[in-house]
Amino acid sequence: MLGLKKKDATLLLIVIGLTMFAPFILNPFPDGSAMAQFNAGYPDLMQRFVIFGIFAIGFNILFGLTGYLSFGHAAFLGIGSYSAVWMFKLLSMNVIPAILLAMVMSGLFALLIGFISLRRSGIYFSILTLAFAQMMFALAYSVLTPITGGETGLQLALDDPRVLGASQTAGGNIPVPGLFGMEMRNSFDLAISSWVFTFNVGYYFCALILIAAFYLAIRIFRSPFGMMLRAIKSNQTRLNYTGLNPRPYTLAAFVISGMYAGLAGGLMASMDPLAGAERMFWTASGEVVLMTILGGAGTLIGPVLGAGMIKYMENIISKINSDILHSWFAFLPDGLEDFIVAIVYPFIGKGWHLTLGIIFMLVVIFLPGGLVEGGQRIAKWLKRGKTEDTKPGKSTEPAE
Amino acid sequence: MAILEVKDVGKRFGGLQALSDVQLSVKENSVHAIIGPNGAGKSTLLNCLVGKLIPDTGSVMFDGQSVLGRSPHEINQMGISRVFQTPEIFGDLSVMENMMIPCFARRDGAFRMHAIEDMMSEKDIVEKAEAMLEDMNMADKREMHAASMSRGDKRRLEIGMCLAQEPRLLLLDEPTAGMARADTNNTIDLLKQISDERDITIAIIEHDMHVVFSLANRITVLAQGTPLVEDNPENIRGNPKVREAYLGEAG
Repeated sequence: MLGLKKKDATLLLIVIGLTMFAPFILNPFPDGSAMAQFNAGYPDLMQRFVIFGIFAIGFNILFGLTGYLSFGHAAFLGIGSYSAVWMFKLLSMNVIPAILLAMVMSGLFALLIGFISLRRSGIYFSILTLAFAQMMFALAYSVLTPITGGETGLQLALDDPRVLGASQTAGGNIPVPGLFGMEMRNSFDLAISSWVFTFNVGYYFCALILIAAFYLAIRIFRSPFGMMLRAIKSNQTRLNYTGLNPRPYTLAAFVISGMYAGLAGGLMASMDPLAGAERMFWTASGEVVLMTILGGAGTLIGPVLGAGMIKYMENIISKINSDILHSWFAFLPDGLEDFIVAIVYPFIGKGWHLTLGIIFMLVVIFLPGGLVEGGQRIAKWLKRGKTEDTKPGKSTEPAE
Repeated sequence: MAILEVKDVGKRFGGLQALSDVQLSVKENSVHAIIGPNGAGKSTLLNCLVGKLIPDTGSVMFDGQSVLGRSPHEINQMGISRVFQTPEIFGDLSVMENMMIPCFARRDGAFRMHAIEDMMSEKDIVEKAEAMLEDMNMADKREMHAASMSRGDKRRLEIGMCLAQEPRLLLLDEPTAGMARADTNNTIDLLKQISDERDITIAIIEHDMHVVFSLANRITVLAQGTPLVEDNPENIRGNPKVREAYLGEAG
């Protein structure tokens, strides 16, 4: 299918299935039930799943294939967001030009930063990219306030020109981002008995782009270019003595992955048209590293799973508070209930980082290949279970 | 005609004069061995030829062009391939992918993007890599993880990867070091076959006299950073100066 091998085509179909049916998959519990707080099927969160999925897929093209660990990728996310918001301010509220500009701008910055940072490898490369990202953050936060809006961030205003659109709507409001008349925030609710499933225009737009981004990533992984990138990770000495300079290849990978980040940033601004400097902060760069490693660096679907898991925990575990805990453990005797709640409490609410940290440590120690390796081990274990069932029948034959 | 011409090369590391006044002339289509006791400067000389080190004095000409000041990948593009003492291969990749990389890079080292095409759809590259694996007798190992092979197979793959670039000069740095006798003999046969069948010059650094005398048709003996004698194998075998360098005064 589409020039893919069977295994890759299956992976693509899985991603298509997951994204297209996400409103159902993420809302397994009926509205109003005690478990409803574990539902993640609301537009805002679903959009974040796919946007960070795109970000992580792009990051993985650099880190997973070449092994160059960039610690400043959030800078490209921020550049993408600012570019998109500027397009909304100056041109029109259509998301297509905004996203295109976001990708072009982040690509140009990636070319510049990559050209300088890729002179070094290993930890020095990581530190150089981190330094660049922090410089970008400082620029956006204070120095370039007229362009970036400084501390308050860049927002739309009623007097923006919007040459190809309207400065304000008929009702005197700021128009919202859309795609040829379809507004990104529009949703359609489907109620089946007590379940409510929300279908959001913005989410499906992002999901289609995720599928395209994932497809492109598969093609890159399986191409001669992808093979060269893996060769760079494996042995640069041999590559040098094969007459090749690794730099153009790593730079191309860096720019591609920067453009993926810019695309994610542009989509973020398209869902919610504002951009702030905090999007470029180093913790945001660290987050995408965690997503990729948690899911499985160098695997195709890993980064998407990692992004989903971290965003799910960030939004769902952080919402649990002590009252909810008390209601869960209400069946226990009073003293025991308080004791259990006191133990669990540090891991929920604002403590979700603690839970994430523990899960991350467990994954890195026991599943170095990330969640994907976990899945592979389960699959292998199931397969072995099956073959063992059939073996005894065969092995008894010679004995007779 | 000499394809590689080394003249008056000297290299000093701090207080140690590693090479001094080295003259070496490798004739086209010959197998030229460079031998010498430990610390004679064999590896330093090799590193000066491939651009890893830059000699302090002298000149290194390959096919009439100086290699000095060029980086390793540029020197490779001129037609010099190098086999390392410990095989340098792409351990994380499959044997087939290992072979495809030099076929893809050819020898010009040009940046080729090819980011969308499927690797296996590049017919000419796949065919060339398969033919080379066949030549190396490794066709049955094509899907193997390169790092999981034996030392001898890794060496065989590395030599194949170098040959895929169709170099004019193949440099080998102790190709049989740390190998079992059977692997050593296989490597000797392979190198013999290469020099017989291909239009190629081989320069080999070796410790193992069995390997040297079964392959070389010209030998340079290096001692304490300077060439002692250059001659054909028969004369080297009987040369008292060589015995002395290897075995000390008593020899």
